[in-house]
Amino acid sequence: MTPAPDHRTSRPLLSRLRAVADLYTYPLRLSHYAELVNPLWSTHKLQARVVEIWDETRNSRTLTLKPGLNWRGHRAGQHIRVGVPVEGMHYTRTYTISSPPERRDGRFTITVKAIDGGRISHYLVRKVRVGDFLPVGLPQGDFYLPDAQPVRPLFITAGSGITPAMSMLRSLVAQQRLPDTVHIHYAPHDRDLIFGAELTQLAQEHDRYTLHPVYTHEYGAEKQTKGYFSAAQLGRLCPDWLEREVYACGPPGLLAALEEHFAQAGESRRLHIERFRADFAGLPDGAIGGRVRFASSATEATADGDVPLLRVAEDAGLNPPHGCRMGICHTCTTELLGGAVRDLRDGRLISEAGSRVQTCICAAAGDCELAL
Amino acid sequence: MHPAHTYMSPEQVEEFGRELDAMREEVLASRGERDRRYILRLIGTQRRIGVAGRALIFASILLLPVWGHALAGPWAFGLTLAAGVLALALAKILENMEIAHNVLHAQWDWMKDPAIQSNTWEWNHGCPSDQWMHSHNVVHHTWTNVLGRDRDIGYGMLRVTREQRWHPFYLLQPLNTVLMAVFFEWFIALHDLEINRLLSGKKRWSEARPQWRAIRRKVGLQSLKDALLWPLLGTALAAPFALNGLGPSLLSVFLVVLAANIGANILRNIWTFMIIFCGHFPADVHHFSRASVEGETRAQWYVRQLLGSCNIRGGQLFHVLSGHLSHQIEHHLFPDLPSNRYPELAPRVHALAVRYGLPYNSAPLGRQFGTTLLKLLRFSFPGPSRKAAPA
Repeated sequence: MTPAPDHRTSRPLLSRLRAVADLYTYPLRLSHYAELVNPLWSTHKLQARVVEIWDETRNSRTLTLKPGLNWRGHRAGQHIRVGVPVEGMHYTRTYTISSPPERRDGRFTITVKAIDGGRISHYLVRKVRVGDFLPVGLPQGDFYLPDAQPVRPLFITAGSGITPAMSMLRSLVAQQRLPDTVHIHYAPHDRDLIFGAELTQLAQEHDRYTLHPVYTHEYGAEKQTKGYFSAAQLGRLCPDWLEREVYACGPPGLLAALEEHFAQAGESRRLHIERFRADFAGLPDGAIGGRVRFASSATEATADGDVPLLRVAEDAGLNPPHGCRMGICHTCTTELLGGAVRDLRDGRLISEAGSRVQTCICAAAGDCELAL
Repeated sequence: MHPAHTYMSPEQVEEFGRELDAMREEVLASRGERDRRYILRLIGTQRRIGVAGRALIFASILLLPVWGHALAGPWAFGLTLAAGVLALALAKILENMEIAHNVLHAQWDWMKDPAIQSNTWEWNHGCPSDQWMHSHNVVHHTWTNVLGRDRDIGYGMLRVTREQRWHPFYLLQPLNTVLMAVFFEWFIALHDLEINRLLSGKKRWSEARPQWRAIRRKVGLQSLKDALLWPLLGTALAAPFALNGLGPSLLSVFLVVLAANIGANILRNIWTFMIIFCGHFPADVHHFSRASVEGETRAQWYVRQLLGSCNIRGGQLFHVLSGHLSHQIEHHLFPDLPSNRYPELAPRVHALAVRYGLPYNSAPLGRQFGTTLLKLLRFSFPGPSRKAAPA
């Protein structure tokens, strides 16, 4: 439940005062100076201070964050964007809040698992220290339990996909309205179960909460060897699965299997899925040219691998901003929404969504989408 | 013929370009946490200096002799006020030169920090950022020192090379130079309007009107802040005392703060004028005709940037205060590399120029600014003959 904003009536006066104060610091805002005293006081961007770090398993960690002034409460199951500076660059990743909205101290937690080869998750799990400030976004997402109508949930989670379910469970317990709940959770093995102790205790204290941990790895094994999702497994662990609302979060393979299973049963509407979008486009080696989508002008064009995207846009009838046409003035810079482009000057590949792209000296490397 | 070929064969020019490309890529690949820390710390420091400047100006009012307390006196007041004006000017210089100019060149876009992006940064200057990016990044950096294309050659008002045709208007040049130095911010603010072309009818007023509206708004808000709001705040703080017959009159408080703000702006204007005029106007710098740069390659463009720019020698602090425009050559070769990297590039670019027998115009501020002033004086009079000009 989101606490009702109680300062709505005082807003106009306060914001008017702030508007006048901002004139004193034009073209910046007062907030740019408040930030110098305490980054949590800034209102032009939202930051959070890391106040506590707790290892959940050998490769996952819970960060307790104290957010800045502009924070608003979340609904259990929602996620936030977290900005992480790695090697000087600002990366954004999405993490689900694992604490319940009922938490009283104005703080929240995210629980991060270090992914193999994931620089950002490794930074959050290994390098972040208490006292660091991280830029965060406001809670968003529609993966949460309905407020009014009572449901009997079945949570199907795997690995760090447990975080939204954890927030929901903690929230339901805090509100003392935990319904009849079944929870199937996949983890490598018992010592690798995020929130393991808390879940076990929950299952002991509440008859209405049934936990079925499914272990998928032998100790020390690198790869999954057992415990794959199957119709038989689901029927065994939760015989009344057809009568429950299912909330699932986990790796793409599991979610795909679930979707197929529920579609076959004709119960797709009961299946609620939270998936984390891949930030990198899968790129075929040596991809040259492709379909280019210009998002804000809703135009598509086919591009060769050696034609600057600016030309592609112009040939498609657009008139995007541009200047020098040789990569020095940055008038043509736009945002990469998806796919990959290649810098024609040095052949460098730009494939992370959100990157800045100079259209006059970049060409399509496979299909791509630009904000233009 | 491209001017580069008076020095080198076409193959040499292209090889020279490849060496510079390699340098650029080396720096691009090595950008990282160190650079991020540099710009973030600089921005924080600059804002703190700005706050200190405003605070010192207010503090100086408490030290006016009229208060009669032990610390008050003309010296205490004068020194504190001077310190405040200097700090405020310093904050404005750092913001304009080392932070905003370089952020607007997209030198820091690679960090993807949403707060430090070229397309959203509005700088503490009368010129709207987008107009600056057009007149500076697009026109000046693409067409550096090309007569008839680069509008920064004399800023449409001064004759800085003999290749500009003389006109009786240039007799006023000594006066105009002083005016431009003192009010540099406003000249820059109007630069992209292209008043010359408006007057001669080459640019339509309908094209300039939206620009003019943006300039009016920006100049208005900048002036409101320094000429009215801060002086009024000082007056408001002094009001309770003045109403009880204590301290200075409200008018004098207003005027002290106003004068301090104007002083800081003018100091910033003169400093930026000096640095910027040393970039492309000192003795031995080269200018180019439009015909000679027709169809120029990237390597030829590099050579033109080198021939058309001048460095100023100095210490580390001087380089930061100049926004690293003291490394004008490196800046013009690599306008979107982070400015803190120019000092390490400079000796390599210098050595490269020497290897290819190209001039590398670098000298202390006295020589660069001195020859600039001498040229401004000389070229206010007709001649010397344009035909004698080389290349």
